[in-house]
Amino acid sequence: MTDYAEKRTAITGIGQSRISRGADKSALALTIDAALDAIGDAGLTRADIDGMATWPGDRADGSGFSDVGIPALQDALRLELGWYSNASETSGQFGAIFNAIGAISAGLCRHVLIFRTMYEATARKTSFANALNRPGQRVFGPFQWYAPYHVYAAALQQALMFAAYTHKSGMTDEQRAWIAINQRENAALNPNAIFRERITVEDFLAAPIIATPLRLFDCDVPIDGSTAIILSHVDPAKDAPHPLTRIEAVGSAMRYRNSWTQLEALDTQAQPKVAEMMWNRTDLAVKDIDVAELYDGFSFHTINWLENLGVCERYGAKDFIAGGTRIALDGEFPINTNGGALSAGRMHAYGQVHEAMTQLRGLGGERQVPGNPGVAVVTTAGGPLAGAFLLVRE
Amino acid sequence: MIDSRKPPSRPLPATTCDTEPFWSGGEHGELLIEQCDGCSYFIHPPTGFCPECESRDTHFQPVSGKGFIETFTVNHKRWVPGLPERYVLALVRIAEQADVRLATNIVNCDPGDVTFDMPVKVLFEENDGLWIPLFEPVGSAA
Ligand SMILES: [Zn+2]
Repeated sequence: MTDYAEKRTAITGIGQSRISRGADKSALALTIDAALDAIGDAGLTRADIDGMATWPGDRADGSGFSDVGIPALQDALRLELGWYSNASETSGQFGAIFNAIGAISAGLCRHVLIFRTMYEATARKTSFANALNRPGQRVFGPFQWYAPYHVYAAALQQALMFAAYTHKSGMTDEQRAWIAINQRENAALNPNAIFRERITVEDFLAAPIIATPLRLFDCDVPIDGSTAIILSHVDPAKDAPHPLTRIEAVGSAMRYRNSWTQLEALDTQAQPKVAEMMWNRTDLAVKDIDVAELYDGFSFHTINWLENLGVCERYGAKDFIAGGTRIALDGEFPINTNGGALSAGRMHAYGQVHEAMTQLRGLGGERQVPGNPGVAVVTTAGGPLAGAFLLVRE
Repeated sequence: MIDSRKPPSRPLPATTCDTEPFWSGGEHGELLIEQCDGCSYFIHPPTGFCPECESRDTHFQPVSGKGFIETFTVNHKRWVPGLPERYVLALVRIAEQADVRLATNIVNCDPGDVTFDMPVKVLFEENDGLWIPLFEPVGSAA
């Protein structure tokens, strides 16, 4: 196997602020909490951090979607950097990680602080969050094609794709419910999760419809919180306090029309060619995965990933997740072990990274996957956005 | 359902010289889609470049206004005050070329009657100088 650049990088530190439905401090303060936590976890000090990356950068719109960017955090921590980059037009949230791999490989830096901060719980109390347009303002750019049609949230754009999936796969609401149910089971064992009460198929079906086929429990929960990781070159990573956990392979491809309306495969979203790229960069295969943290902004993203990674056949997810046994903590393919974004909160794919690392270190507590997991897959998704990578603990 | 005769306020696009024909053709009852002069490929969103034959020579062509529902969702949530209880957001593929998809609302029918691949036809709603293409089922009495 080619010695691809990502194989010479490792996640050496992880950190997280308190995750809540309303923080008692600012978005920047939460980000500092997460950053210092991650730096310390990697056995480093601020002086060791010489790179920074994030997605999508400071939106400066008060929506809470991304209120903290690199300049604010770099200045707050007084970091001295050889390289930094906010990447927003990239393979979803993981574009920040993929760019950092390139920067480390190019010798621009050794230890990159990567972060994602959400402040939507507070933003929603005062104005709006993640709304796609504002009253009275003309809409520029690609979103103009949706603007006049009462599309007020990403849930509606995504519902169009999920409806196509439902139509082609024949998956019913009852069958789909097992994603949400399983993740509540996991959240019940995670003291930091937002929603910890177990739910049933009946509860799932009794919850309101948002936009067909989406129901309330298909949707993740907006939070205030920040997650940070340290991505390092493997050489210094070998001296870090925790066992070396390398990035084994990445999928960053965009080989479709990069458009929310014209994307060719509405039912699979942009995932298949991302998965194909990732598998082409490793000798590992699906059978080697011990734990999977699959993006769940909506339950359908996770369902799509099960099929697109090759865990089950195309349109076979309805059988694979039936009863929740295969995807449970002690099942053959445990997923979203901390409750995912549906139950632990919308940390926007970085919750997935944090949890994968927690599991690979064996620090999952009551929710720890048995059998000393050593290989994790982590994904993100959303229409034309998709990214994936494999983590291997040595 | 959205009553196209009494429209709720719609957020509007900021047009450019590339997109202005699409949003204004309805004034003359025309759905205008950019088309390559050389090979007749329909280019949407409009770019002035044909990805099929690399021609830069294009024009805006009135199409039939007929299409089919590629996918749709029935919205139930009150995102903003004044929204109808349920409305249909859809992607419609135009009859002339399957890879031209238009986001739209399906109007003049019960949301519960909308189906995949349903034949639909365009109608326009004027908003502040722009003519917003909407679609209704073929055979609708409106
Ligand atoms: Zn042409």
